[in-house]
Amino acid sequence: MDNDNTSSREAAVHLPDMEKLVVSSSPHMHSGEDITRVMLMVILALVPACLCGIYFFGIGALWVLLLCTASCVGFEAFFCKLAHKPNTVPDLSAALTGILLGMNLSASSPWWICVLGAFIAMGLGKHIYGGLGYNPFNPALVARVALLIAFPGHLTTWVAPRGATAAGAALTAASDGVSTATPLYAVPQALQQGGEVTYEYMSYFLGRIGGCIGETSALALLIGGLFLIALKLIRWQVPVAFIGTVAGLTALIQFVSPETQPTPLFHMLTGGLFLGAFFMATDMVTSPMTRRGAIVFGVGCGVITTAIRAWGVYPEGVSFSILFMNALTPFIDRYSSRKPFGIAKRKDKK
Amino acid sequence: MADQYYFRGGVHPAEGKKLSSGQAIQVPPLLESYVVPLMQHIGAPPKPVVKKGDTVLRGQLLAQPGGFISAAIHSPTSGTIKDIGVCMGPVGLETPAITIASDGDDTPDESLTPLNWHTASRDTLRERIAAAGIVGMGGAGFPANVKLTPPLEKPIDTVILNGVECEPFLTADHRLMLEQCDRIIQGALILGRILDVTDIFIGIEENKPDAIEVMRQKTAGTTITVAGLRVRYPQGAEKQLIYAVTGRKVPTGGLPMDVRCVVNNVATCAAVADAVNDGKALYERVTTITGTPVTTPGNWLLRVGTSVEEALKLVGGVKKDPAKLLLGGPMMGMSIYDLSVPVMKNTSGILLLASDEVEQFTSNACIRCGRCVDVCPMTLMPGSLSVAIENEAFDLAEAGFAMDCIECGACAYACPSHRPLVQHMRRAKAEITAARRAAAAKK
Repeated sequence: MDNDNTSSREAAVHLPDMEKLVVSSSPHMHSGEDITRVMLMVILALVPACLCGIYFFGIGALWVLLLCTASCVGFEAFFCKLAHKPNTVPDLSAALTGILLGMNLSASSPWWICVLGAFIAMGLGKHIYGGLGYNPFNPALVARVALLIAFPGHLTTWVAPRGATAAGAALTAASDGVSTATPLYAVPQALQQGGEVTYEYMSYFLGRIGGCIGETSALALLIGGLFLIALKLIRWQVPVAFIGTVAGLTALIQFVSPETQPTPLFHMLTGGLFLGAFFMATDMVTSPMTRRGAIVFGVGCGVITTAIRAWGVYPEGVSFSILFMNALTPFIDRYSSRKPFGIAKRKDKK
Repeated sequence: MADQYYFRGGVHPAEGKKLSSGQAIQVPPLLESYVVPLMQHIGAPPKPVVKKGDTVLRGQLLAQPGGFISAAIHSPTSGTIKDIGVCMGPVGLETPAITIASDGDDTPDESLTPLNWHTASRDTLRERIAAAGIVGMGGAGFPANVKLTPPLEKPIDTVILNGVECEPFLTADHRLMLEQCDRIIQGALILGRILDVTDIFIGIEENKPDAIEVMRQKTAGTTITVAGLRVRYPQGAEKQLIYAVTGRKVPTGGLPMDVRCVVNNVATCAAVADAVNDGKALYERVTTITGTPVTTPGNWLLRVGTSVEEALKLVGGVKKDPAKLLLGGPMMGMSIYDLSVPVMKNTSGILLLASDEVEQFTSNACIRCGRCVDVCPMTLMPGSLSVAIENEAFDLAEAGFAMDCIECGACAYACPSHRPLVQHMRRAKAEITAARRAAAAKK
């Protein structure tokens, strides 16, 4: 561009270069929200619970988490390549699935459980359906449940938490002193055998109990969950409906048979309820899109979880309940879809 | 003060209005020529009544309405008809246009005489509004006289003035309300007289407290109520505005008159007042020329037919090369690439966006996060609809009320997967309309 002095004043006015103008459809503004940021925030919200898991169950927990995450990322890249799709590793959804898978395993899990779990999560849980957005079931839960059914021993061998009280250790200790039962298994059993049970609510709340790496500390999960609710990344209706239903139903069951059933607070704080309610049931892809649907979904999860805990053969029912409700999500969406603005009016007239 | 009703959903994009909201309306010098497109409204194309070589006066009729839903076109200045041909239109297609070479005298045409709106008959007032070529100046460009002629079975009891200006960056209506509120109020009262309505509301978003204040002062003692409205895009969408002010919901597929309302933009009201009180046709309007790349953003009284290029010269051009040039606001405006596109009756803004404000995305699969569901002001399910439309299931889209979409763009603004939700909806609407026509033709 020459700008010599002889050019008129008008020519000195710099006008837009037509060649550089982008033509596209409205809207021309965007909120800046994208999938990577959403996934990153969920991962951040999981950090407190992961740290608690590592603190209570030792360095083995860290290895499980890292191995699951790395395997999930690796399989994501592999399946994208296999399907001739762009590599979706940078959207962090695979990393998130990996962390959630690790949190759903015991700190004593062997390496091949982690790798196999990652393969199932990414392959059967996600890419077989077409990748992120198309999977009907939560991939981490698909992997956990598949492993639980195939290798129940490895999935229910727990590491004793650091600093467990003597009474708690006595209640949950197995013969070798390394493996330990979760309170969700031990307490109802003790009650059924007519034994005395001391509830250690503070231990349950902080996570000083046996269990999966990421599920034991209700406090850490609550912090992460509230963070996500504050950022409006998850709907508060899901955890509130889920945990509320479990609390309500277990209170009812305990009222009917107080001798053999634990308290509602026990049910709320132990097992995978907080992890499931805040981080698994709220998975966007596999849960309903409307607020009303979210409540139905949460209540459904709560009912199934309680039923399995109270009467099922498994001590824990959170994973099964969420997967079951995942299957119902299209129906919930369909029947909870809203009336568009102005529809009610038309019906009034009829 | 009217009761306030909040519509569900909506978004709050960065406003960007400070760039130009403090700039008083300026009047540009006359240009050598103006290219006046014939299609500046929704409806039938008008028929030219002049031929090449004719001399015309400012405000003289160039083309008369081509049907009931159509609008007259007037000359923006005095001069000779240089050409009756085509020009580049805002959608990137050539459109019929009349070119006027200015004679520099700007001699007014006085065939439209001032009327006394207190005494003139309603039909006379309606005819005047049609004769002045007034169309909705907020964006859609719907002929104003049609709105003011509701069928007998649709009684009207409320007139609403749209001073919301919820599009980011635009400040033309804001300045008009501050500087020329008397014209707006006159126009509102004329509309009230035509429709025999005394309930008149002016809806203004609360981010314009000065305009609300001025309007409240000036309307004291009249039947006009100023309603300060929550700042929430798209508060200025017709159905959302009616709901906010009256609590009435326009039924699906319906029009404001179905809930006894008529909505007009404040600039349209000012044009109505001019047409009736001064016999002035609609050939100029206030347009905001703004955006971060613009040297001196401002609000200008531009004549219809001023090219975007000339308009940009008024503001000193650009400081840096923009990546987008829009007619209208950033949420619903049209992006253009040709600087010869002329300003029209519904051009509320000329907006430039810098390259760092224009992001180009690859769209991904819907992750069903539900943002679009939360923000849709029509309480539709844009995400599910877009998946159906992607699979060409237009019957599902119709069952999901795709036709009720107002294309406000709130869903696409919020979507973390950058899905082209508005384009999907437009496609569905076109397909559904075509299918309905085909079905009607069979019968």
